[in-house]
Amino acid sequence: MVISVAQQESRASRSLEIRKLTIDRGTTLLKRGFARMQKHGVIMDITNVEQARIAEEAGAVAVMVLDKLPYDIRKMGGVARTASVNVIREIIDNTTIPIMAKCRIGHVSEAQLLQGIGVDMIDESEVLTPADEQRHIWKWDFTTPFVNGAKNLGEALRRIEEGCAMIRTKGEPGTGNVSEAVSHIKLVNYEIRKLHALCGDKQELIRVAREMRASFSLVEEVSRLGKLPVVNFAAGGISTPADAAFLMNLGCDGVFVGSGVFKANDASQRARAIVLATSHFNSPEIVAEAQNMIDENKSMLGLDTKNLELRMQERGPI
Amino acid sequence: MRNSVNIGVLGLQGDIEENIICTKSAMKKARLNGEIKAVRYSEDIEKLDAMIIPGGESTVMSSLISAKVFQSIKTRISEGMPVLGVCAGMILLSKGAYDRVVGERKQNLLSALDITVERNAFGRQNDSFETYLNIPLIGKSKIRAIFIRAPVVKEIGKEVEVVAKFEDKIVAVKQNNIIGTSFHPELGDDKLFLLFVKRAFKI
Repeated sequence: MVISVAQQESRASRSLEIRKLTIDRGTTLLKRGFARMQKHGVIMDITNVEQARIAEEAGAVAVMVLDKLPYDIRKMGGVARTASVNVIREIIDNTTIPIMAKCRIGHVSEAQLLQGIGVDMIDESEVLTPADEQRHIWKWDFTTPFVNGAKNLGEALRRIEEGCAMIRTKGEPGTGNVSEAVSHIKLVNYEIRKLHALCGDKQELIRVAREMRASFSLVEEVSRLGKLPVVNFAAGGISTPADAAFLMNLGCDGVFVGSGVFKANDASQRARAIVLATSHFNSPEIVAEAQNMIDENKSMLGLDTKNLELRMQERGPI
Repeated sequence: MRNSVNIGVLGLQGDIEENIICTKSAMKKARLNGEIKAVRYSEDIEKLDAMIIPGGESTVMSSLISAKVFQSIKTRISEGMPVLGVCAGMILLSKGAYDRVVGERKQNLLSALDITVERNAFGRQNDSFETYLNIPLIGKSKIRAIFIRAPVVKEIGKEVEVVAKFEDKIVAVKQNNIIGTSFHPELGDDKLFLLFVKRAFKI
């Protein structure tokens, strides 16, 4: 979207020089740039303004608004939808850090509504019940940036092609178990390394692009860069400072914590500790200090990812 | 002029790597040698010839910065070390900050730059924008400036020079060895980095 200053301002009092200037909003650079500002930070799931305050004071880089935390969505069943407009508005009016909110996969109207309220980033998330089993949202139509989950490189590339500005691992949300997030980031990074090794071999890159059902130009870009053109965060099952540091050491750019903070019995202290460990992930002494700030007795009990009734990572179109 | 310099990017939170890459490319263009790395500890900060505080969330950096690191940065700045504060980095260098909507929040600030900053002054992410800016300090041609949930400078002290304005709002300032910008030069034009690197080399 291009809005010329000349249209906005009165013709008088502006020099010709300034009138030539344009302001661009909602560009790819602005969307991906916003996501880059979240790097080395922790984005925390919250359901109300009190939790938003706790998260902000603990040093969260942004908050993610949901109607129910992923663990409670599992427990209660039913259809999980985007949070109430009133709740999101109240959080926006009382928080200085960026506000993100989840919408259902493919639910264009929920996404438009979140953009309209002024949410800073939209998570098209498998944590909520998918609304379209065939397609994701065409995110290029929005000025608000999107984040999407991915279990492997093909999925990540298809989401980037649809216009998402940030990728996160899917993991297995609401379980307090990092094992799935760990396999997802390892797989994505392994596949990127393989692509990087193929740099320059166009015929092989075309074959890979077909296999991944992604465009050749994007596959070639990743092969050349040796990394995704957007940031990749860890999500799904992180509940301790050591979990966060582990995923950062595996090459994540930052961390989402869902049920891990507010389903624990020491939310505020734990939030602070996870922020510290994420920032200092490669200093074992500081991670140990962060881990010492929490009490394992107060961690959420968690769920074994092998015998789940609902595997959120497998929901929706891939 | 010095042969080699040691430049550090405060490595607590934000787009640390992007600032490192941009500084490297500026040094390459200027054919200068030096080391650039992320710094988090007093021992490393004390050895720096120049420092960049990157973009990110100022509240997060404020809460992560230890008293010791805080003091080392203040001391080095008062000794004349060139510093560049980008967006959140400029807020951290300032002496006062408040959010446009929410108002003042208790926040640990370095108070090195004699300015008061309004956070999220242009609005939310949907209001973030790119434009061309005139910065006489850098040269005649306009540079591409990327504003992301950007702050603006509301009040300036006597020693502060205005470096750039956008629609009558102050978006870049300089006070002796300190430069602060509302926009993100590391995502757009590296001309400002070139200027900064040259200052580190005392050119």
